Amino acid sequence: MSNAATTETKPAVETIRIKVDGREIDVPKMMPDWQGKMVPTTMLQACQIAGGEVPHYCYHPKLPIAGNCRMCLVEFGTPAMGPDRKPVMNEDGTPKIAKSVLPYEPTTPRGAIACATPISPGMEIYPNSAATKQMREAVLESLLINHPLDCPICDQAGECKLQEYSVEHGQAESKFVEPKVHKPKAVDLGPRIMLDDERCVLCTRCIRFTKDIAGDDKLGIVNRGSYNTIATYPGTKFDNNYTLNTVDICPVGALTSKDFRFQMRVWFLKEAKSLCTSCGTGCNIVVGQRENKVYRYEPRDNDAVNGPWMCDSGRLNYKWIGRADRLSQLIKKQGDKAERISWTAATKEISDKLRAAAAGSVAIIASARQTNEELYLLKKVATKTGALTDSVARNGAGDKLLVNADKNPNSNGARLTGIAGAELGANIAKIAEGIKGGTIKTLIVFGEDVTKHGIGIDLLGKLELLVVSDILPSKTTEAAHYLLPGCAHVEKRGSFTNVKGRVQKFMKAVEAPGDARAEWEFLHDLVHNVTGQNGFVSIEGLFNQMATEVPAFNGVTWASLGDKGVTVQI
Amino acid sequence: MSFTVTASFEAEIDELISHYPVNKRSASLMLLHATQEEFGYISKEAIEWIAKKLELQPINVYELVTFYPMFRQEPAGKYVLKVCRTLSCALGGSHKLHDHLCTKFGMDPHKHGLQTSKDGKFSVEFVECLASCGTAPVMMCNDDFYEGVSNDKAEEILKKCS
Repeated sequence: MSNAATTETKPAVETIRIKVDGREIDVPKMMPDWQGKMVPTTMLQACQIAGGEVPHYCYHPKLPIAGNCRMCLVEFGTPAMGPDRKPVMNEDGTPKIAKSVLPYEPTTPRGAIACATPISPGMEIYPNSAATKQMREAVLESLLINHPLDCPICDQAGECKLQEYSVEHGQAESKFVEPKVHKPKAVDLGPRIMLDDERCVLCTRCIRFTKDIAGDDKLGIVNRGSYNTIATYPGTKFDNNYTLNTVDICPVGALTSKDFRFQMRVWFLKEAKSLCTSCGTGCNIVVGQRENKVYRYEPRDNDAVNGPWMCDSGRLNYKWIGRADRLSQLIKKQGDKAERISWTAATKEISDKLRAAAAGSVAIIASARQTNEELYLLKKVATKTGALTDSVARNGAGDKLLVNADKNPNSNGARLTGIAGAELGANIAKIAEGIKGGTIKTLIVFGEDVTKHGIGIDLLGKLELLVVSDILPSKTTEAAHYLLPGCAHVEKRGSFTNVKGRVQKFMKAVEAPGDARAEWEFLHDLVHNVTGQNGFVSIEGLFNQMATEVPAFNGVTWASLGDKGVTVQI
Repeated sequence: MSFTVTASFEAEIDELISHYPVNKRSASLMLLHATQEEFGYISKEAIEWIAKKLELQPINVYELVTFYPMFRQEPAGKYVLKVCRTLSCALGGSHKLHDHLCTKFGMDPHKHGLQTSKDGKFSVEFVECLASCGTAPVMMCNDDFYEGVSNDKAEEILKKCS
């Protein structure tokens, strides 16, 4: 099997020597633009390499350059050339630098926008000079002229570039005494987006995103001068499946998410790195929670998967996590009698029954929404008991950008761990047949309502033992002899393998309700009891053990997954 | 007025588009001028028709229509009175003239943009420099240009409009 941790060999990069704030630095001559095409490195990128961020609003690394906000203006100079086209030297032999100045006003520095100005050999950039600071002050002052300064009621407060730069580069007081221009507020731009035109700095990031990334050219700037507003064409809605990304990239509080609006101040949110589970793409996300309640998903940068984007449907698919009817009690049912029992007792009883089960009398249906680790542990149980296993395929509509037609987050995990074959669900009919014929007496179900997938409630009634683990109640959980409440992915740690074979891990954001326990924890105990094998009690150890046993994961470790995952051969 | 495109108008539009072989979008302004010339204003239907002609989204055309004050989205009166308000005319009394016209036709002199009298005969709007600063205040009545327009002179001009 191929070693999963691919090492990229970097060819020698042609560099240019420049100076940033007096410090010499070699930067690559060419760097990728928003589409990944190699183009000349800009002053902004060079400053980033030198370790300094040039403030900017309209520039976004994954959008075409517009250069309209002027915030990234910097003072700079290039080597002076004599009439003989040879560099002019200082007395000490260093090249003389001609600072960029106004044509007929040589004492006034003429800045350039760092986001769109390519570097040249010997160039000197002064991102912290007095002149640069003055330019920033002036730009900010202009941007704030008609701004309502309503930070106390603005959702962006705390993650607003206008706020941050005003503190860093702005002035405490405005010189503007004239009445401000009032623009439309609370504009309903689409089903998920609310616009406050007064807060907008007209950077056009949203327009460029929806035109060039989402491919839905719906937004534009209408009217002119200080009456400029972002708008859709009258009678149309900004309603594609990627609109909420514009809320992320809006550097100010103009575009707000209707879902998150007025719900929580962002500085109260505790964040955890996680994954979106709505389809097989596995977009990287950040889960924002406070006091055990999830408030939002936001995309997390990962160029190998989703870039900085995610779809709206995935982003808003978190409300079930805190649902009131979440399974939170470990229940044992005998006949009509249901009682709450402890994990210790349940684990022992289930283990004893599985150990006693005749070979081939057990079947396992484990959802491709479970983690790699959980599926791996279930496979161990299956191997020991000679069980028939499968997952459930979940297909829907995909698109060209991020949404995949496979609605399971971990179909490949199910395949690689051996729970399912190439085609998910191919064994389910066989399992149903086995139950009907009486050869299969025990069924273990993880995270699926099998009554919807060919194993009806009548068949479930024929089983001697039905162990079900799930998150939300279903017909299957109602029929369970042992109902083991599991965790939503944001309540545990683990890893998924996406449709392209990217193995990615996710972290825990909130606590699970009641008795609910991470499935891999109690599966670990179960596997120990049933197979007699000792495993690891930490997710790190468990993953590493799995990586040595599952061929596709060979060479990968929990640590090597990092934040962005590793691609394996599928 | 409904938006019905005649064959001759469509031919005119197609001819205009043919001037811009590299990028049809460049024909946007020409098409808007031609449309306003033909229909007197640029309706929503017209914007959508132009967008389709140029293979653009309606918002791309709508941006232009709202940007340029010379493009109207509502029909104007039979006579459009354009009063210059740039510096020389402002000093020469163009606000007095504008006030006079607005009051006469029952319009709000402080409202932004073009206003039309109830009978649909006259429209009044402020415009920027009409390039005759020496003879302020100046005004245009449709395509006719008038210099040194006092309130009395304005009345005389209006009398000629029927």
